Amino acid sequence: MVYLTRLEHFNAAHKLYNPAWSQEKNEEFFGVCANENWHGHNFELYTTIKGNIDTETGFLYDVKKLSKLIQEKVIKKLDHKNLNMDVDFLQGKMCSTEVLAIEIWKQLQNHLPSGVQLHCIKLYETPRIYVEYFGE
Amino acid sequence: MNNKVAVYRKEHFNAAHRLHNSKWDENTNTSVFGKCNNPNFHGHNYELIVKVVGEPDVETGFVIDLKILSELIEENVLKKLDHKNLNLDVKEFENLNPTAENIAIVIYKILREKMDPALDLQVRLYETERNFVEYPHV
Repeated sequence: MVYLTRLEHFNAAHKLYNPAWSQEKNEEFFGVCANENWHGHNFELYTTIKGNIDTETGFLYDVKKLSKLIQEKVIKKLDHKNLNMDVDFLQGKMCSTEVLAIEIWKQLQNHLPSGVQLHCIKLYETPRIYVEYFGE
Repeated sequence: MNNKVAVYRKEHFNAAHRLHNSKWDENTNTSVFGKCNNPNFHGHNYELIVKVVGEPDVETGFVIDLKILSELIEENVLKKLDHKNLNLDVKEFENLNPTAENIAIVIYKILREKMDPALDLQVRLYETERNFVEYPHV
């Protein structure tokens, strides 16, 4: 079993805001992140897959294909976008980094060939803050 | 040879923005600014490096007390820009496109006013890890 990671990046605007709460409660809980005019980040996305090496190619999975898959299913939808407003798979969801990691996992999990499993989505919101999701 | 020393303070903030020229039509804006023109904004983690050059004070040994420099940046720059929408929330960008170039110039002007004129100042601003600007150009 080997693990292979591809690093991609995107940048986006978002706000942390629960529409079921009052403005005051949102500001109290989410602080500056609730700014109604949005703020934004450079996100760094580490996608790790796992499986056994193909004896004929020496690859777990062609990393170019993995990159193209992440570009098509994730980056094109998120890069230079407003996460709360512009992204179909985030409609009605909280745009925290935790939720975003889980939703990115869902976009990718059914598009890998048999024998290749998604292992981890590691998502940096800033160089100092990141989350990991293992599908558990 | 003088005793001038460069000292640096690194700070960071994040913000939303869009690149847009209100005098242009939509097609021109899209053609020049591409996805950066998204009307719903996008955003960045900005890394700011402030460089101050001068001779160390004979009594303190400091070019500038870095704690004071940090507080100066915090009070006058970060409070204004951090977790903000540069186009909508910051008066300096009411009629100025918030490109990295213009943000660096705005930050420089703010800090220049607050600092000893005998000290040289330069601002380096990273919009992403790969894109950064410096003002003034030396």
